[in-house]
Amino acid sequence: MITALLVMIGISLALGAVLGFSAIKFKVEGNPLVEKIDAVLPQTQCGQCGYPGCKPYAEAIAKGEADINKCPPGGEEGIRKLADLLGVDYKPFGEGAAPKAKAVAFIDEQTCIGCTLCLQACPVDAIAGAAKQMHTIIASECTGCELCVEPCPVDCISMKLIPEDISNWKWPYPVYALTPVRNEARKVEAS
Amino acid sequence: MRTLFRFHGGIHPDEHKLESSESPARRAPLAKKLVLPLHQHIGNGAKVAVQVGDRVLKGQMLAGAQGMISAAIHAPTSGTVTAVAPHPVPHPSRLGGLCIHLESDGEDRWIALAPLDFHAMPKSELLGKLRDAGIVGLGGATFPTHVKYGLAPGQRIDTLVINGAECEPWITTDDRLMREHAEGIVRGIEVLRHLSGAAEVLVGIEDNKPQAIAAMRAACAAAPIEVVVVPTLYPSGGEKQLIRILTGKEVPSGGRPTNIGVACNNVATAYAIHRFVDHGEPMISRQVTVTGNVRVPQNIEVLIGTPLAEVVACAEALPGTSGYILGGPMMGLHVDDLHLPMVKSANCIIAKSGQLFPPPPPAMPCIRCTRCAQACPADLQPQDLYWFAKSNNFGKTQEFHLFDCIECGACAYVCPSHIPLVQYFRFAKSEIWQREREAQSAEVARERHEFRQFRIEREKQEKAERLAQKEKAALAAKPAVPAPLPVAADPNADPDNTLQMRVDADIARANMQMRIDAAVARAKEQAAIVQPKNTDDLTPHQQAEITEIETRRAKLREIASHAGADDEPSKSN
Repeated sequence: MITALLVMIGISLALGAVLGFSAIKFKVEGNPLVEKIDAVLPQTQCGQCGYPGCKPYAEAIAKGEADINKCPPGGEEGIRKLADLLGVDYKPFGEGAAPKAKAVAFIDEQTCIGCTLCLQACPVDAIAGAAKQMHTIIASECTGCELCVEPCPVDCISMKLIPEDISNWKWPYPVYALTPVRNEARKVEAS
Repeated sequence: MRTLFRFHGGIHPDEHKLESSESPARRAPLAKKLVLPLHQHIGNGAKVAVQVGDRVLKGQMLAGAQGMISAAIHAPTSGTVTAVAPHPVPHPSRLGGLCIHLESDGEDRWIALAPLDFHAMPKSELLGKLRDAGIVGLGGATFPTHVKYGLAPGQRIDTLVINGAECEPWITTDDRLMREHAEGIVRGIEVLRHLSGAAEVLVGIEDNKPQAIAAMRAACAAAPIEVVVVPTLYPSGGEKQLIRILTGKEVPSGGRPTNIGVACNNVATAYAIHRFVDHGEPMISRQVTVTGNVRVPQNIEVLIGTPLAEVVACAEALPGTSGYILGGPMMGLHVDDLHLPMVKSANCIIAKSGQLFPPPPPAMPCIRCTRCAQACPADLQPQDLYWFAKSNNFGKTQEFHLFDCIECGACAYVCPSHIPLVQYFRFAKSEIWQREREAQSAEVARERHEFRQFRIEREKQEKAERLAQKEKAALAAKPAVPAPLPVAADPNADPDNTLQMRVDADIARANMQMRIDAAVARAKEQAAIVQPKNTDDLTPHQQAEITEIETRRAKLREIASHAGADDEPSKSN
């Protein structure tokens, strides 16, 4: 009787130790789902979803607080990827949240007064400049979030579409011209 | 007799080689204006090294290699650089690329040329020289040659394969080159053998070029180079396919031939290396087949940058020409106009006519007959790839090894439904590249955003620390403030302690006043120090002028202060 009890206690202690050890050793920091959702999001950090960046939006989706169709830069494909990841249905964009063509900000350097307001607004530090110095966009780092457009007091920032050149050109989806069936042929078939 | 191996699939399209292979190659007349695209090779475009208006000599470097995978561009003739501007380039997008525009002076004067003693120099130096000579693979992919031989430590090359298969219909430039310049090609192969350190050198030539085989055999007689005749089968001239035929080895998926100890170069590349090493000439010209619907199909030695129209004019296009193919009919680029310049990759120009190249019949649905899979030289399943590419299921296309597709067009050739399969594969590839680019930039944006947040947090902390330190310093500095005024107060006379408080307040106020006075004095002192020193010894006339200006300023200031009192204060400045 005592032996059986001791054996059972011994087993439970050993297993408990293993569980306790693995809980410390293999601890998962944060919610792994957030990382997965964040990886799908386009990282423009534009805040169009209503959250201050992609990570907070990912956290809100993970908690079930936000819909998956709030990210216009991600496009419909982004929604599909999120739907796949989360096992929910695809949801089209709501009113006024249609995705736009990719663009980068452009500062008219003649007009810029060097107020640094756009510098503070840029979520990815893609604007070079200093107080009372002309600012300029580092186009290769710009995510096209448009957050710098609003704060500019002299309206010198505009969004420019990225022109198509050989480096970013894509082969088009193959399409063929349909040849219309001639009327006579159709008549012959009909008769 | 060497045992040959077979690659999977392959097709036998009509050869059409005899039209152009029997007449000797000639030289195209010098064009008045040449246009040199900066991006004529795989990798980074070249970096312009001349300025508009510069007079350059034939063979002078116009643009240098930029980055790891790149090659230089040289002046094909002497003349003046008239512009560095976009110009249509041979590219499926029909978009323009940056080009150097050169106006020839007709003199065709060379820079000083010197042959190279390649045995005497270290390999790395020779590779650098090849890069600066603009030597790229002339088989079609224009992969910079020096990159192929810049081996990673531990890698070695056992077999050097020289590609003289020229499997694509209509094209005969390598055939003619081997017939006419076999000695030069062998000289180039020697350089490549030295570079690679390969023990075995195999030259693969398709059996439909008997004269070229004979010429190469005669030239290789003295050298440890074996000329191997391979059966005619498209696409045996593909790098991976030729290696498979000659060595039986298969280049791993996503790998390069160097991974299995093989290097492969085209015969035309070997000839270009010979021109450079033995004569000092950089890559400024290449041989091109002009054939199809033309009066005199032939091979022509053309300077890079020559307008294609002038090249075609040498062969006289016949009426009924509906367009041109740059490259072969299987993999070439269909172009409508000939304003494009000659580039290093262009090995053939075919004039299309309705008779020679009838428009493809309309595509019909895939019936999954798998004839494409039987024809595929890369052993892929084109019918599945087509299915996935058509439905934008790009992840699945990658799982089915889309990137092992060499776009040879064998699948589309055999398709009984005439589906343009290669177009779908190209579409899927470029979509995947686009997504990869986007994912990369998203990763960079995420990192930058995270760093920004870290930076803002750090700045906040630093500011707080600075403030705390300042406060501490201020506290420490307090005793240094002049001692409070001595007060004769009798606490006994004031039982409520109110007097004491009032006195304390007075002392504090006096202290404050003293500090303010001290600060004002300091400020005045400083102002005196920074006052301009050019007012010391002035003539009476200057002094008078200054006083006059001062009075005017005072008057203005008075008016301004009146206006400022009336107006809004913000406008008074």
